[in-house]
Amino acid sequence: MKKMKYSALALLGLAMVFTGCNDAGKSSNGALSSSAAEKVYVAPGEQDEFYAFLSGGYSGNLTVYGLPSGRMFKEIPVFSQFPTSGYGYSEETKPMLNTSFGFVPWDDLHHPDISQTNGELDGRWIFVNGNNTPRIARVSLSTFETEEIMEIPNSAGNHSSSFITENTEYVVAGTRFSVPVPQRDMPINEYKGNFKGALSFISVEQEHGHMNLEFQILMPGFNYDLSHPGRGKSHGWFFFSTYNTEEANSLMEVMSSQNDKDFIAAINWKKIEEYVKNGGGTKMPANYAHNVYNEETHTGTSTMKKEVVTVDPLKVPGSVYFLPTPKSPHGCDVDPTGQYIIGAGKLSADITIHSFDKMLAAIEGEKFDGEAYGIPILKFEEVLAGTVKSGGLGPLHTEFDGQGNAYTTFFISSEVVKWKVGTWEVIDRKPTYYSVGHLMIPGGNSRKPFGKYVVAMNKITKDRYLPTGPEMEHSAQIYDISGEKMELIYDFPTHGEPHYAAGCPAELLAPKSKKIYRLDENKHPFATLTPDKARVERNGNEVHIYMSTIRSHFTPDNIEGVKVGDKVYFHITNHEQDFDVPHGFSIIGQNTSELLVMPGQTKTSIWEPKRVGVWPFYCTDFCSALHQEMQGYVRVSPANSNIELSWSLGE
Amino acid sequence: MKKASIIMMVGPLLLLGLYVFPLWNIMLGAPQYPDPLGINIHIDGIRDVNEFDIQNIDGLNHYIGMKTLPKPEEMWEFSTFPLVIGIMIFLGSLIGLLGFFGKLSYKWFLGWFIIMSVLGVMGMYDFNEWMIDYGTNLDPHAIMKLANPDGTPMTYKPPLFGHTKMLNFDVTSLPSTGAWFMFTGMMLTVVAFFIGRKQRKSLVESSVK
Repeated sequence: MKKMKYSALALLGLAMVFTGCNDAGKSSNGALSSSAAEKVYVAPGEQDEFYAFLSGGYSGNLTVYGLPSGRMFKEIPVFSQFPTSGYGYSEETKPMLNTSFGFVPWDDLHHPDISQTNGELDGRWIFVNGNNTPRIARVSLSTFETEEIMEIPNSAGNHSSSFITENTEYVVAGTRFSVPVPQRDMPINEYKGNFKGALSFISVEQEHGHMNLEFQILMPGFNYDLSHPGRGKSHGWFFFSTYNTEEANSLMEVMSSQNDKDFIAAINWKKIEEYVKNGGGTKMPANYAHNVYNEETHTGTSTMKKEVVTVDPLKVPGSVYFLPTPKSPHGCDVDPTGQYIIGAGKLSADITIHSFDKMLAAIEGEKFDGEAYGIPILKFEEVLAGTVKSGGLGPLHTEFDGQGNAYTTFFISSEVVKWKVGTWEVIDRKPTYYSVGHLMIPGGNSRKPFGKYVVAMNKITKDRYLPTGPEMEHSAQIYDISGEKMELIYDFPTHGEPHYAAGCPAELLAPKSKKIYRLDENKHPFATLTPDKARVERNGNEVHIYMSTIRSHFTPDNIEGVKVGDKVYFHITNHEQDFDVPHGFSIIGQNTSELLVMPGQTKTSIWEPKRVGVWPFYCTDFCSALHQEMQGYVRVSPANSNIELSWSLGE
Repeated sequence: MKKASIIMMVGPLLLLGLYVFPLWNIMLGAPQYPDPLGINIHIDGIRDVNEFDIQNIDGLNHYIGMKTLPKPEEMWEFSTFPLVIGIMIFLGSLIGLLGFFGKLSYKWFLGWFIIMSVLGVMGMYDFNEWMIDYGTNLDPHAIMKLANPDGTPMTYKPPLFGHTKMLNFDVTSLPSTGAWFMFTGMMLTVVAFFIGRKQRKSLVESSVK
């Protein structure tokens, strides 16, 4: 009997050993992390499944990444000078940064949005906003270069921008800071009731994407924080979150957080569009720059526009309503069906969801709760579809996976929360590192999201990577969202401060990505189309050098007859017609940046020699085995010298 | 004899494919050219596989002192070949036609094939001679003058048929669509010959009976 007891105990012990082993196997970090590694691993020579365009925030530029690898492919200069390529330094691209304030070589780029057709990503262009000196830019998704920049008058802190309607009819730009419209000298404390918030509708011509500021709606002087278009059934409407409905003008962090509810403004833009088309609105004098880059001349031109149509919303009855939304809403997102408008009260724990159908019914039934500056406020209960009781704190932004789920970032509690659209129940939550702002699912702001990954972009990095002194890049996390629960699979540093991002399947863009510019389509007025046309011309103290490059020499590479005090224009044309063979150009003492000239392209750099001597120039891009030999000399003579201009190659 | 003559008329007509499709194809791949550069050799000239390939091959070849690829007007072959092939197509079809009406013996079919084969071999020989010149007649001032392990100057003749490694490039040279048209057309004339002979034999046998 005793023996049996022992053997039973032994068996039990053995069983425990086995179950113990099993448990250890299940919770093993090794197994988990290896599967995460497989999910993000893009083997050498393989390519990513998605493009991700992350805004650069205060870098002023747009960065291109691959998902799921998190590898950065390119930084596209948009609002900031970029010495790497010469953008904003070359004569051709300087006009792109012209504004009514003159040359503004920087901005704060926040919200990329890819063009759509029928509410689905079409991959023609990506639009981005400049927050500080209000501007909207259009970037080509075949050249991945900035093609157009439109300044927005009567706006300040161009933040509820640059979101597009579902057929890219308009790119919309709302002002964060209300200001006097038109600007005038007045006491700041007379803000209330006097400042205006301009919401701008910029039409997009469908073939070339050219933008035109069609009208501005002059709203009460709140802060218009973020916006998103209606889609599907709500196409024709646009939704803007607001804060500071108190209209405070100082110590805003306290003074503009007093109202329990601010508003989401619902704008029936189709109604206003019709009103303007029928001659409605007021033509107001204005002054704003419209900069367009021409791919054939490789040159940007800046035109000052002098007029804008403004619309007083009260003159278009039924065009604007306010939806009360608790706690200073930040994110204002619309689900793929267009039925739900999500307001994330950034000072609360909850997410408020409005119903588009209920909104229409409330408007129909005139279920109003007063008005603000004549604009009807709909009754909160009449438009409310539901509330997500998340348990998190500080909801900001929401994206959708196309499977009926929504994902909301929580800044204060540093997490992403997955919840079900319609039942409002929380399904999962995962921490982020740290203090997450926006998140992005490719197509997550369209009728057709690609719900495989979500990228969370954080504001604080702290200990995520090796320390690099007080200033660090921000961190982003990638989660696999193909299952019921989210899984953190990767963590990578980003460039600048990404706010919003946009993504799309690689096959939408990769096949049409341009490889070269055709030399036979180069219409640059200073292009050198064949080496025998290379020459040097003098016009007063301006010297124009028509120079061509091919592996691996400049034509010409010896130039004499330049004098101190001359203004020397190097017009460099790259004669390569081979993919990924740029040539660079730099010369000693250049008071600007180098040029990086793509195959078939012409770029111009100005050099003002200040000293007599023989000064070298060279190619900055390691172009071939003879790259080091790709160099030349300019002889600079005294201002009063009478040496004739001459140029040569191989003599 | 009618069947054989029809085949004899069709066979040479297939050579018309040479006016549309390339005779030969040479591809050059390298680590930095994952999408290989390539040339298609047509009877009337050398063309790009992808636009700018010739320009880029010439650009690379200038380092090792090779001449640029010839333009159609720079080689007599590119004006002569289309003529010769045109004449042969005409003659072949004429032979077939005359055979059809019983004016010519099937033996002429083989005769056409033999002449065409001789011309073909001469063409290949000429092509190979050009490649030898192209690959070995190098600019003495070439940027890069490379030597074989035995000390002899390195040359760059592309293979007539098959694959060779040349410096960083993998060079593959193979007959292309036009050559297959020519091959099939010529084989048909042989088939026509044998059918003609067989029919002739059975005709003779039946007349003996």
